Amino acid sequence: MMPFTYTQAADADAAVRLAGGQQAGARYLGGGTNLVDLIRETIERPTALVDVTGLSDGITETDGGGLLIGAAVRNTALAEHRLVRSRYPMLARAILAGASPQIRNMATVAGNILQRTRCAYFYDQAGSRCNKREPGQGCDAIDGFNRMHAILGASPSCVATHPSDMCVALAALDATVHLTGTQGERRLPFADLHRLPGDEPDRDTVLQPGDLITAVELPALPTAARSAYRKVRDRSSYAFALVSVAAALAVENGTVTDVRLALGGVAHKPWRASKAEQALRGQPATEAAFQAAAAAELAEATPLRDNAFKVELAQRVIVAVLGELAESGLAGDGA
Amino acid sequence: MSIVDKGKEAAQGIAQSVMKKAVELAPGALLPGGRPDPLIRRQHGHIGKPVSRVDGPLKVRGAAPFAAEIALDGMVYAALAYSTIAKGRIVTLDTGAAEAAPGVVLVMTHRNAPRLNPPPRFLSGDKAAAGDDSPVMQDDRVRWNGEPIALVLAETQEQADHARSLIRVTYAEEPAATSLPTADGCEVGTFMGEPLRAVVGDADAAFAAAPHKVEAVYTTPGHNHNALEPHGATLVWRGDELFIHDATQAVAHTAWSMAQIFDLEEAQVHVSSPFVGGGFGAKGLWQHQILAAAAARLAGRPVRIALSREGVYRIVGGRSPTEQRVALGADADGRLTAIIHRGVTPKTRHSPMPEPFILPTQSAYAAKTFALEVQTCYLDMVANTFMRAPGEAVGTVALECAMDELAEQLGMDPVELRILNEPEKDPLSGRPFSSRNIVAAYRAGAQRFGWERRNPVPRSRREGDWLVGMGCATATYPYHRMPGGAARITLDAAGHARIDVAAHEMGMGTATTHTQVAADRLGLPLEAVTVRYGDSSLPGVILAGGSQQTASVGLSVMMAHQELVGELLKLAGNDSPLAGLGADEVECADAGLRKLDEPGRFESYASILARSGRSELVVEGSAPMPLETMHWSMHSHGAMFCEVRVNAITGETRVSRFLGSFDCGRILNPKTAASQFRGGIIMGLGLALMEETQFDGRNGRIMNRNLSDYHLPVHLDVPEIEVIWTDIPDPHAPMGARGIGEIGITGTGAAVANAIHNATGRRVREFPITLDKLL
Amino acid sequence: MGITVNGTDVDLPDDPRVSLLDLLREKLHLSGTKKGCDQGACGACTVLVDGQRILSCLALAVQYEGRSVTTIEGVGADGALHPLQQAFIEHDGFQCGYCTPGQICSAIGMIEELRRGVPSHITGDLHATSIPYSRDELRERMSGNLCRCGAHNGIIDAIAETYRANPQPEAAE
Repeated sequence: MMPFTYTQAADADAAVRLAGGQQAGARYLGGGTNLVDLIRETIERPTALVDVTGLSDGITETDGGGLLIGAAVRNTALAEHRLVRSRYPMLARAILAGASPQIRNMATVAGNILQRTRCAYFYDQAGSRCNKREPGQGCDAIDGFNRMHAILGASPSCVATHPSDMCVALAALDATVHLTGTQGERRLPFADLHRLPGDEPDRDTVLQPGDLITAVELPALPTAARSAYRKVRDRSSYAFALVSVAAALAVENGTVTDVRLALGGVAHKPWRASKAEQALRGQPATEAAFQAAAAAELAEATPLRDNAFKVELAQRVIVAVLGELAESGLAGDGA
Repeated sequence: MSIVDKGKEAAQGIAQSVMKKAVELAPGALLPGGRPDPLIRRQHGHIGKPVSRVDGPLKVRGAAPFAAEIALDGMVYAALAYSTIAKGRIVTLDTGAAEAAPGVVLVMTHRNAPRLNPPPRFLSGDKAAAGDDSPVMQDDRVRWNGEPIALVLAETQEQADHARSLIRVTYAEEPAATSLPTADGCEVGTFMGEPLRAVVGDADAAFAAAPHKVEAVYTTPGHNHNALEPHGATLVWRGDELFIHDATQAVAHTAWSMAQIFDLEEAQVHVSSPFVGGGFGAKGLWQHQILAAAAARLAGRPVRIALSREGVYRIVGGRSPTEQRVALGADADGRLTAIIHRGVTPKTRHSPMPEPFILPTQSAYAAKTFALEVQTCYLDMVANTFMRAPGEAVGTVALECAMDELAEQLGMDPVELRILNEPEKDPLSGRPFSSRNIVAAYRAGAQRFGWERRNPVPRSRREGDWLVGMGCATATYPYHRMPGGAARITLDAAGHARIDVAAHEMGMGTATTHTQVAADRLGLPLEAVTVRYGDSSLPGVILAGGSQQTASVGLSVMMAHQELVGELLKLAGNDSPLAGLGADEVECADAGLRKLDEPGRFESYASILARSGRSELVVEGSAPMPLETMHWSMHSHGAMFCEVRVNAITGETRVSRFLGSFDCGRILNPKTAASQFRGGIIMGLGLALMEETQFDGRNGRIMNRNLSDYHLPVHLDVPEIEVIWTDIPDPHAPMGARGIGEIGITGTGAAVANAIHNATGRRVREFPITLDKLL
Repeated sequence: MGITVNGTDVDLPDDPRVSLLDLLREKLHLSGTKKGCDQGACGACTVLVDGQRILSCLALAVQYEGRSVTTIEGVGADGALHPLQQAFIEHDGFQCGYCTPGQICSAIGMIEELRRGVPSHITGDLHATSIPYSRDELRERMSGNLCRCGAHNGIIDAIAETYRANPQPEAAE
């Protein structure tokens, strides 16, 4: 770890002031579950840490029937919240499928969103090339161990995946991110927050230096009251996803009236499966339709040496989760 | 390897075979005509009782001191920088920024490290301890990707870690052998001086002629031990003496080896290691202790070196990958006519042995012909080493999966096929078995597990999305007892006995078990016995490895006990009720000696010592050479039964039930023994389903060097595991007990794979069996 | 203001890089809390902060100003073993003992989560107000604590025995 200063921010404005004053060397610190590790590995080298765990940790209902979640809400607190469990079960399930209870007790919502890839070559600061860590250096993952890596939206410069489970649910739920920055407050659709790597894989998100996530807003979404999250991994708990699926499905008279679908473990960002959703709306809620929708989403998948199985696995899990939602009566009736 | 080294190895082999011939004629305590350990007959003592661990209260309070937790005045902290190429030369090594960083006391590189002798490679001498005999920071050469190139000492760990990150190095890289196709030569491997090769008859011809046959290639990846305690040491020089608080399975070996490296007398090195946070073969002498001692000497300060988890992966070797071809030929009845087990595994020029995967096949089944061989190929990588059941853990994967495949082809029950081929004597050496009750273990296990409910037709049982199947496999691990065992008994006037022995506790329950054994041997209550261990100043050269520690300690204490009885009778003299009795006429009971057939003739230890005016009696005994293994084929055995559920959609495997039925001689403590068995089985579940060291063949770098990417089983992966045992004493082993520490990992991988086949119809021969292989 | 460790106020480190784990082990010599990976992957460093289980290796000590930390050294009362510690001994819920303090602290924090009704990944009904103390629930909730010796069965046995009989909160220490 490089030496750094540490300051606690009383509120968002103070945090932005403190971080802004430190130029590019400042980082916001939440629960520390990813950033402290990255600093120890010398991948992140901040000169100043601004502790933002003093920001809002409240969860409040919005006028429209949605939820406003403070950036400093801990993952456990979000997952156990009664309204999250009843209105957005996929979100509670996704959080509970991630990391370990100890980490969920520490990690904040904003920190979870901004965690970085677990690509082993990204982490190997001393011994491997990585364009995300050192732009222009090259990528040792493309021809190396890439079982955990992306099959969708990758680029020749980066095939890393975003490791969050929670974010897969947020992507499916059309969440909005509240930001404060040097230019004041603004809002951003969650789907637009994370980037695909392109030729700038060092930029995980569209955030500018100094930008601070202050809250995440969930819209009212009746369909989500009956939703699911299925995570497939290499051991039964405490492992990152190979493939995960967040899904909500509304069926009326056998026809899909609404569907929300997002994938984890497959791309540089939480992957909203818009093509599948589009293919499914208005279609009969049958396995054949689910198969076709999944295939539409995965048509452009470009697997690497070790991860071709993810295409088949994602196809199967999408179909299985949608099928369960349709058959078990879990599919929302739109009410 | 140099010609000199080859000559040494050859000489060692010759010496061993000469010794073998000589000892076949020699008598000994556990040999033909010898008297079995009298404790075997004792039924109502402490042995066999589920005694809780004597160090339990310390451990559950976090009060057991581990090596990297000893605080020394003036101590500084070490951090290591590691090479990032597999082979070549260091061209520039800029340590200026590191030296100037806050708190830095020393930056040590090959330029200023003291001159050191090469570490004595394990198995190259009685007390050689090093897992790697490469020179330690003595030149600008790089021998593997991850070799230490610099060490920083600083006042705090944070300062040392930061300074380490400021070191800049450039290399002149040379072509390296980092994959089998680029290997720097291959040859038949050797293990303990013997070639890993066995030929009986013409196995290839017998296989070709066999009416039933299976032939397949099985691969296992590299594995890392991943003891939860990373390697570490806290050490200090006091004058010319070196005191090491170490985490080691070999205190005496380490002390001697460090003395060789630093040109000291053995007595100048003191190694203490009372608690080891898991070893599994990895906690030996590696570069970190040597580098820390060298730096401590340069800096004149005590040093703590606590390897990071990455550091453990970089400098402590693991189990090598294997590629094994097994071919089994059988006659129409299912009797084996040919067993062929050949394959290849990488090692380095500096490691003690190749992964000896043919070992379990040597004594497993009766067959007319055998062809067994381990080819080893030399790579530039971190030195591979012993990991729990080296050879057997992965060898049984191939052999026991192949047996399952043969049973399927024959239409036989896999249990019955194994029983049909049960040998009457060791199929290769021709020696009788000391004790072999594997059939009983199979029968008891099958009944308990409900094996009869298994449907032999694969993929015939489905519960919802889950395919359910059962499999079995044989577990096996040899009885070892290495030379060098010794122990001291100190009996005091209050009737308390202290056992001193240079043994180790890394979770096996050493102190607990030997308290029980010694209490029975001395006729004392448990409270009157203390076992002191884990220090090189204590008697004995006793490795906690090869599942041999219990036998070695047990026999050493037995020999010391014989001395003790003789001394007590001498001290008792003519005024004692014991007057005139010889050692073989008395036994120890009720804190004293009594005549075997006349219990009234008794005198307590306290009385004997008091009358003779002694405050204590100190005796020492040494275990004789381990000749018992020259007369008998001695092995622990087990029958493993597994039930799995495989998700038909995702290929996820969940082990729902597991039972191990063991035949390991007498079980000394059922509580700690069950934990040893379960621990091995759980490591076997990891081997079967998730464990793999990702060695990047492009540059010889281990990529999953942490506990998030190298998957160990978590709680939710581990079902309730049932363990049962025959408890039939082995008359030729001390206490009647063979080793139990390693056998659990053997057979388990195959039992899981065979269950997966039964569940899904899929034969996966490439381990670990991850879900992608079952889609 | 400092930080309270097992009821005693201690100073925060001057160097903000010092983790809560290293503060405990190297500065306070409370080495019962273990370092198994120093990167949040093994659970050996689990401690309780205001009753919640966290990983002290990923916690910068300065972040815990004003908080109350309980380590394994503070788990028992008046030198006596906590009932869970005793159960670990009875059920042989450890071998080498290195992951043990983390397992015990984790289990104590876990039981409070169960009592509070926090669901887990495998909880069937997200809306349930009380969660069964089933073996599977215990196994999932303890999965953040690795054990390499393979004492998993004994650990779950010890937790189940200690808390099934007494599912109510303990009296405050």
